[in-house]
Amino acid sequence: MAKRIEATNVTAYYGSFKAIENINLTVEPKTVTALIGPSGCGKSTFLRSINRMHEVLPGARVEGSLTIDDQDIYDRDVDVTAVRRMIGMVFQRPNPFPTMSIYENVVAGLRLNGVRRKSILDEAAEKALRSANLWDEVKDRLGKPGAGLSGGQQQRLCIARTIAVEPQVVLMDEPCSALDPISTLAIEDLMFQLKDKFTIIIVTHNMQQAARVSDRTAFFSIEKTGDPGRLIEYDNTQKIFSNPSQKKTEDYITGRFG
Amino acid sequence: MSTAVTTHRPRPAAQPATLRAKRLPWYAAPAIALAALVVAAAVVYGVGIGGPVLVVVLAAVLYLAGLFAAANAVEGRRSARNRTWSALIHSAFVLAVLPLASVVWTLVSNGFERLDGNFFFTSMNNIGARDPEGGAYHAIVGTLEQVGIATLITVPLGILCAIYVVEYGRGRFAFAIRFFVDVMTGIPSIVSGLFVLAFWVLIVSPWFNDGRPSFSGFAAALALSVLMLPTVVRSTEEMLRLVPAPLREGAYALGVPKWKTILRVVLPTALPGIVTGVMLAIARAAGETAPVLLVAGGGAAINFNPFENNQSSLALFVYQQAGDASRYAPARAWTAALTLVALVLILTIAAKLLARRNRLGR
Repeated sequence: MAKRIEATNVTAYYGSFKAIENINLTVEPKTVTALIGPSGCGKSTFLRSINRMHEVLPGARVEGSLTIDDQDIYDRDVDVTAVRRMIGMVFQRPNPFPTMSIYENVVAGLRLNGVRRKSILDEAAEKALRSANLWDEVKDRLGKPGAGLSGGQQQRLCIARTIAVEPQVVLMDEPCSALDPISTLAIEDLMFQLKDKFTIIIVTHNMQQAARVSDRTAFFSIEKTGDPGRLIEYDNTQKIFSNPSQKKTEDYITGRFG
Repeated sequence: MSTAVTTHRPRPAAQPATLRAKRLPWYAAPAIALAALVVAAAVVYGVGIGGPVLVVVLAAVLYLAGLFAAANAVEGRRSARNRTWSALIHSAFVLAVLPLASVVWTLVSNGFERLDGNFFFTSMNNIGARDPEGGAYHAIVGTLEQVGIATLITVPLGILCAIYVVEYGRGRFAFAIRFFVDVMTGIPSIVSGLFVLAFWVLIVSPWFNDGRPSFSGFAAALALSVLMLPTVVRSTEEMLRLVPAPLREGAYALGVPKWKTILRVVLPTALPGIVTGVMLAIARAAGETAPVLLVAGGGAAINFNPFENNQSSLALFVYQQAGDASRYAPARAWTAALTLVALVLILTIAAKLLARRNRLGR
């Protein structure tokens, strides 16, 4: 049930500052797409505009059109919470809810959206934790606080929390940047498995990671500080990392810039 | 990469050859303290001005100077400064705790005399100047009811107000609310009492009371609410601002609506801090005398009904007994003061236990 995402002329602002300009890109269902580029080039902004998290900040707005299977998510009568349930998000730093146990964290999305039946919640919790490769590590301490887990486990808990609401698309904003190599590997393995069910878009600063996990890669860049970020090149990951068609992409990937 | 770790760089000239340094023996500090005390006592009693307090103060000064000199001679300047500052900080702590300990000791030692069943289960009704009995039952009832009602009014109002200011308020209106809450913080309690006297007791209460104005515990609760509200709003506001934005975003990203995010994620996270703020407000309100005197009138008899007739409170009881001509009154005042402190302490501990962050346990 993964969905296709199509961005047309997406431009995002923070107040009067234009962060990204005219982004056009299509993400196919059941693929992993990596967004790479130097800091401040708008990859995270673009990612956050896909599930309407961009507008959470005061003064932030998005222009252009973003469709998910031909429904414009910025339509006037679209329910923001429905969009976010369909397009889940994992953040840079693990952010389990500190007042909730591991179990409560996983089912938070369901529970806070009105699901009460214990059997449904239990089943969803186990399924999500198993999908996130965390079940075996936490099954004996589901009642313990989520904040007591290690960083990598917390991030997998957040992934479990995200997929427990069964979204179509999972956005990941540098999900491994706060983690050690072993936890990173665990999460990359997880992305391979999740690809069967979800469309995944990941922002990463780690080019090896982009090359390892993604099917397609989008390279964003800016001319200079203060300019809006633009999409420079979007192609198969193989192509981007072996034979990019843009000079800028090649410079960035080979480490000559950014 | 591993070669970089083992590369030796030439040592800078300022680097000491050894990591060891001379240390004063463990008994040096207590010995200096003892010497300082002896010298101070000799000086003070030798000259014949001042008493034990001056001895301690002088000894503290001598101790600091002696410690600095000794450490400077043996351990060097940096270590001497470190020791002196540590000692200063410790003495600041002692200085801050002294008044507190003194208050508690005074209350306990003076209040002990009337700490009996009679005090807690009788009122001052029909107690004359020559009666050794009489208690604060009516005042305890009054304090509990007035502070309880004031808390019921203030806590929802204050928390909602803080939520508005932090989560929803934009622009001038939110700014105005914050500004007036700040102004309210500075309202003297007598002014809030006068406000309720003029507004509630004189204008509103006659409607319920056959046209005659009436004192009531509820009026006192209103006056206390005015005092509690800014404390609750400001402390809740600060606590809500401390909740990290990624937590809110985490909930939004699960498709949770904003109001539910606030209710189920933000408030529980901020709860321990909010409870502390509320308890501070309660402690302040419980100790107020003037508004209760103005709008509840005080009284010697037990009155359970906060909506009709005079009520007393513990703070007011202390004030009245302390100024009473009866030779038995001061003991009652002390015990009532002790009761008030104990009451606030018990409430605070209970609230903290209830709001323990780690109800989950590790």
